[in-house]
Amino acid sequence: MDKIWVLAEQQEASPLGTVLELLSAARGLAAAVEAVTYGTGASAAASVLGEYGATKVFDAGDLGDSLPGPRVAAAIAGLVESQGAPDALLVAATYDGRDIAARLSARIDRPVLTNVVGLEADDGSIVSEHAIFGGAQVLRARFTGDGPGIFVVRAKSFAAEPSGGSEPEVVPIDLPDTGATDAARIVERHVEERSGPQLDEAPVVVSGGRGLGAAEAYAMIEELAKLLKGAPGASRAIVDAGWVPYSHQVGQTGKTVKPTVYIACAISGATQHMVGMKGSKNIIAINKDQDAPIFSIADLGVVGDVHKVLPKLIEAVKAHS
Amino acid sequence: MNVAVCVKQIPDPAGELALDPGKHTLVREGKLILDDSDAYGVEMALQLVESAGGGDVILVSMAPHGETSGLRTALAMGAARAVLASDPLLAGSDALGTAKVLAAAVKRVEPDLVIAATESTDGYTGTTPIQLAELLGWPAVSFAKHVEIADGTLKVQRQTEAGYDEVTCPLPAVVTVTAGVVEPRYPSFKGIMAARSKTVEELTVSDLGVDPAQVGEAGARQEVVSVQPADERKAGEIVVDEGDAHERVVAFLEQIKVL
Ligand SMILES: Cc1cc2nc3c(=O)[nH]c(=O)nc-3n(C[C@H](O)[C@H](O)[C@H](O)COP(=O)(O)OP(=O)(O)OC[C@H]3O[C@@H](n4cnc5c(N)ncnc54)[C@H](O)[C@@H]3O)c2cc1C
Ligand SMILES: Nc1ncnc2c1ncn2[C@@H]1O[C@H](COP(=O)(O)O)[C@@H](O)[C@H]1O
Repeated sequence: MDKIWVLAEQQEASPLGTVLELLSAARGLAAAVEAVTYGTGASAAASVLGEYGATKVFDAGDLGDSLPGPRVAAAIAGLVESQGAPDALLVAATYDGRDIAARLSARIDRPVLTNVVGLEADDGSIVSEHAIFGGAQVLRARFTGDGPGIFVVRAKSFAAEPSGGSEPEVVPIDLPDTGATDAARIVERHVEERSGPQLDEAPVVVSGGRGLGAAEAYAMIEELAKLLKGAPGASRAIVDAGWVPYSHQVGQTGKTVKPTVYIACAISGATQHMVGMKGSKNIIAINKDQDAPIFSIADLGVVGDVHKVLPKLIEAVKAHS
Repeated sequence: MNVAVCVKQIPDPAGELALDPGKHTLVREGKLILDDSDAYGVEMALQLVESAGGGDVILVSMAPHGETSGLRTALAMGAARAVLASDPLLAGSDALGTAKVLAAAVKRVEPDLVIAATESTDGYTGTTPIQLAELLGWPAVSFAKHVEIADGTLKVQRQTEAGYDEVTCPLPAVVTVTAGVVEPRYPSFKGIMAARSKTVEELTVSDLGVDPAQVGEAGARQEVVSVQPADERKAGEIVVDEGDAHERVVAFLEQIKVL
């Protein structure tokens, strides 16, 4: 493989963790790895991107109040025209990443492979791995037509390892015409209050599900998480019910977590939940139904009522020192 | 105001899901149902049309073999009619191929707004609606958790990593909605009866003017190499709580040095 591009989405002027994972993986697959970034922090991000192997950083610049999808896709399409297509473009599976990949796919008429959890070089092409049926099976796929292959990769699919690369050259790129596609405007950004470690970085995650019965019971999840210096998480059922914000959701449409221990409380273990937490080092499940699917992947399963087990567990952890 | 809703008809996820051993595609025999994810879009569309004071909700769907049972559910909820792209040539389409077909169908409907789900239950690529928007040359707002239309402008609360953004967007546009954006209604008996006589217009690939080389297996420029069981996690110890299970949890946490 000659060349891979990694889309380098930033958060608060530094590249997302997943971007560093993708750069690390790309180094093992291709001779040259280059990054495409956007936003205000390109030059600040460049040295980090270089440290993880990017030898060049293409910068689409500040997008102002535009949504990233149309503009960044157009910029990459223009880049494909001027630079030639790389063998692959790797995109982190985020809200914006998915939009950019989808727009680009339609714009340059190339398919996309999403929900990628692994990549390997095979006989001159890239084979992607996808966890299906809740991670029970691994499907391997590849592109058959012309490149670039667009891969949308889930967080934590690879380890991020610096290569000790030097500061890369930052190359500004032009924005081709986006027509009416860029007509949406962000008028206000709301940032949720957060305390404690980030859900996808916390060493301990305590998650609650519909079996908690009521929004108030989630306080037990928060308390236990705090006592264990971890982060509280949730199944989609209670996010949809409005008990907790979306940022708490673990699973296919939410965060992928791989903590030292994941404690699932009153969560059934639907396939879409399991793909987001199956990689945890240890899993503890508390559920009153002994046939709940979550028990099939739990290292320690407690068949019991969360309203009885959790209060005692919280007291026991408090008493522990 | 007319709103088109992309609705996918899928095998019942509560049933046994299986892959065709030869083609590695999901087995789609038997009855298909309305994807739950799309029920939110149908409900959102019904509410937007109601508050606009007039117009229709029109369903747009693609399925290779003329299935309509999922469409009937959405018609029973209150959608006015449906356009179904149906042709054996469509079997094996990937997301981009699907988007091309949906784009052709949407152009015939000429809606002010297209609503889709953020991702389908069976395919979950989450890319189809945004590819559709790009093919139409329209703006799109994905991951909407709240949608309103005021003075012909869309106002959306869009989910972000940090919280949410308030986004405005002129019409026509594509919006993808999350589950939880609205509570889908159950079809009433009257709705179910009325749905039987509503129009489902079936269109082939050639009716839609789509190039057959761009869709179905012919257009899907990706292939499955293999499907294998994953290294499974095994179930560990199971304890039944008799008032002291918390002690076992504490011991486990000590053992892995979390406590
Ligand atoms: C396209 C798509 C994407 C999705 N993405 C996600 C995702 O990202 N994340 C996600 O989580 N889900 C996702 N889902 C939803 C998923 O399919 C399930 O519906 C959801 O995970 C169920 O949540 P739950 O386990 O909390 O609820 P339920 O399945 O209702 O389970 C509740 C559990 O609580 C137990 N229980 C009840 N009372 C008690 C008690 N007192 N004590 C102990 N246990 C009790 C019950 O035995 C049951 O097992 C997705 C679905 C689709 C279609
Ligand atoms: N065959 C289809 N017919 C109608 N709508 C579809 C179809 N495929 C995808 N969609 C729409 O696009 C959304 C996302 O689908 P997907 O890209 O498969 O995750 C779905 O929830 C539908 O709203």
